Amino acid sequence: MSLPVLEARGITKRFAGVTALDGVDFNARAGEVHALMGENGAGKSTLIKVLTGAYARDEGTVRVGGEPIAPRCTGDAEAAGIATVYQEVNLIPDLSVAENIGLGRQPLRWGCIHWRAVRDRARRALARLGLTLDVDQPLSTCSIAVQQLVAVARALDVSARVLILDEPTSSLDEREVGELFAVIRRLRADGMAIVLVTHFLDQVYAISDRITVLRNGRLVGEFAAADLPRLELVSHMLGRPCDELPAAGRAAASLPPPGAPLLAVRDFGRKNVLRPLDLHVHAGEVLGLAGLLGSGRTELARLLFGIDRPDCGEMKVAGHLTKIRSPGASLRLRFGFTPEDRKTQALLPNLSVRENLIVALQVRRGLWRRVPRAEQDQLTARFIQALGIKASGPEQAIKHLSGGNQQKVLLARWLATEPRLLILDEPTRGIDVGAQADLERLLAELRAQGLALIFISSEISELVRNSQRIIVLRDHAKVAELAGGEVEESTVMRAIADEGGAPPPHG
Amino acid sequence: MGSWIHLVFWLLFAAGLWAARGRTVFWPLLALGLLLLFNELFTPGFFALEVRGGHLYGTRIDILNEGAKIMLLGLGLTLVIATGGVDLSVGATMAIAGAVAAQALVAAHLSPGLAILAALVAAALAGAWNGLLVAVLRIPPIVATLILMVAGRGIAQLITGGQIITFADPVLGYLGNGWFLGLPFTLTVVLLAFGLTALLTRRTALGLFIEAIGESETASRYTGLPARTVKFFVYVFSGVCAGVAGLIAAGNIHSADANHAGLYLELDAIIAAVVGGTSLAGGRFYLAGALVGALLMQTLTTTLYALNVSADVATVPKALVILAACLLQSPQFRARLTRRKSPGAA
Repeated sequence: MSLPVLEARGITKRFAGVTALDGVDFNARAGEVHALMGENGAGKSTLIKVLTGAYARDEGTVRVGGEPIAPRCTGDAEAAGIATVYQEVNLIPDLSVAENIGLGRQPLRWGCIHWRAVRDRARRALARLGLTLDVDQPLSTCSIAVQQLVAVARALDVSARVLILDEPTSSLDEREVGELFAVIRRLRADGMAIVLVTHFLDQVYAISDRITVLRNGRLVGEFAAADLPRLELVSHMLGRPCDELPAAGRAAASLPPPGAPLLAVRDFGRKNVLRPLDLHVHAGEVLGLAGLLGSGRTELARLLFGIDRPDCGEMKVAGHLTKIRSPGASLRLRFGFTPEDRKTQALLPNLSVRENLIVALQVRRGLWRRVPRAEQDQLTARFIQALGIKASGPEQAIKHLSGGNQQKVLLARWLATEPRLLILDEPTRGIDVGAQADLERLLAELRAQGLALIFISSEISELVRNSQRIIVLRDHAKVAELAGGEVEESTVMRAIADEGGAPPPHG
Repeated sequence: MGSWIHLVFWLLFAAGLWAARGRTVFWPLLALGLLLLFNELFTPGFFALEVRGGHLYGTRIDILNEGAKIMLLGLGLTLVIATGGVDLSVGATMAIAGAVAAQALVAAHLSPGLAILAALVAAALAGAWNGLLVAVLRIPPIVATLILMVAGRGIAQLITGGQIITFADPVLGYLGNGWFLGLPFTLTVVLLAFGLTALLTRRTALGLFIEAIGESETASRYTGLPARTVKFFVYVFSGVCAGVAGLIAAGNIHSADANHAGLYLELDAIIAAVVGGTSLAGGRFYLAGALVGALLMQTLTTTLYALNVSADVATVPKALVILAACLLQSPQFRARLTRRKSPGAA
């Protein structure tokens, strides 16, 4: 085994008392692709930012080629030979390809930019990736994949020995992923040490030599990719040993109620977002959506609620063919949706608990039929009491509430509209255990009242506890539908990992 | 003139401050009070008030009358700013409205009622243009409304044929110069506009929708709120407010002056809205605050005029007072003031 080019030991990083990284070791070796895996909050991006100098570490050492480094900014890390390409292409669309590659390190001649040298250098950098492009074209005229490759070329234009790719494939289609991987293989053959952060299991196994798993800021382990079965990887990421999972121990999965489903979609999908799939949910049923982050769960929820539009398939609501073109249309069908990103997609931070709570009902009543103040107060009081919302009063600004209480208000926002279907995207993320238990209880109550619920969660145990059926997504496609006795953690995890035992999709 | 008028005025003002305590409008009102107090002490004749032919005359009345235009613009701008936008074109829209009214009277020989209607329709169209650019085409508001700010006076020039069109219509004249209940009629117009705006925003769900969009357009859209329609509307509304202000400006001088009507007033009106408590980031809005802010701006202008400060340098003291008013309004600054005080007290 060759000596690591990049060697990080005991990296610790704290934010305001929260330990984001706790004594993590990480190595990158020349001529290897090393995948960094972990669920949300595992510490992947914190580790990357420590390595690239975006954050200063609190403890630990980082060596590049045996030399200790302490990067204070991304420029320091670059000078030490660590090049990084971030998830969002961090380039300037209106500048040319050559300008983007040379920006900030333009060769000068007589105090002016030596444009010919800039272009030559850009061409050389691209040639190293096996790319020939017109370097004078604006970057925005290139496809996202090529922009990604230009970002790689820019990163490598300094004499880099380590290349870090943070989620490079999340906005690429299959063919483009293939192109990027060809470039990665070429660089690996040249002796580059490559660190890859991604959520796509198939891609990890397609290209990685080595896998490091983080969970909750700690190192779970470093494995050779060939020796690590998928199921084991998933169980490392989720922190549940797959052979010790309880087989039963939850309320028996009742069969879906008879009759037409409240919502049914067929061949429903959108190019580059979600492969066409079938899905249905009955009144009085909780349908769980399982899958790792980036598997297409949120994308499916957005399509179902009309935030994004599907480009194929049909949708039936209570047996009638329907097209949902906007969240407003969903609201009129009495659907509700609490998005994953509470802060930017749901909260009206400076408005009161009352206003946040009645806004959906008000939208449904329309502009002119204002919900009378007395009714607003009464609704707010009712939901504060029913959901146990802890606030100093109905007029407190919602931004001052805890995460769990905010989530309860946002749920109440939809419950006030008396919905038939609720789509809950990670409703328990970032809220305390007590509030989580409250939400689970509420879920059961709502189901008993005859609501149809689509429940998305990264916590498989939580999904299994609360769902009658579970649809498993992987790499933007439905890979399994589990019902009845199949709804248990080990089956779900096997389906996520795609290793035997997962029953074929229904229908 | 008896000093009892001063006493009554200050008692009323103090009562107003007391009523506004704990509310956002308190701080601009306090700033206005301080400015008026300065005038009481240092500007000769500022507080003189007399009754002539049943009408009240005095600097304070002038401020109310002159400030009417800023107050009207401020009402429209407050709603636009609350959605997270801004409308730079209101001054130019005033010029367009005045030009349309004048030409409707002079060239088309329309009745004053129809001329007023035509001017308001033109102003609403100007607002609809802004609304189209911002809400439908998603152009950043500052750029979108800059277009009409620049082009608007040219359009007004085209309408008037490059001339100052004078007219003798008594109805428009009354709008600009009339008296009602002993006070300038413009004040009645402002109060009507304020009442209507308050009803429109607080008796319907419009106010909540505007504040929700200003808080988070994404969250509003995900809740099914018709964000585009609401944003379009606030620009039309701002245009109509500017139209009324333009009619007052034209009526006041019995002519349409495309070059000077409402010149730079958009800036005063934006400051009025912001000083009134509405954040440029969008969200909560305060209509009464905008009126007080407008009066603050007008008092400032009038004060400097009365003190014979040359118009060329008047902008400097004006900027200082605006800065003070904005600081008073900023919660962070107030928190810092009280924090600094408390260790001293302890």
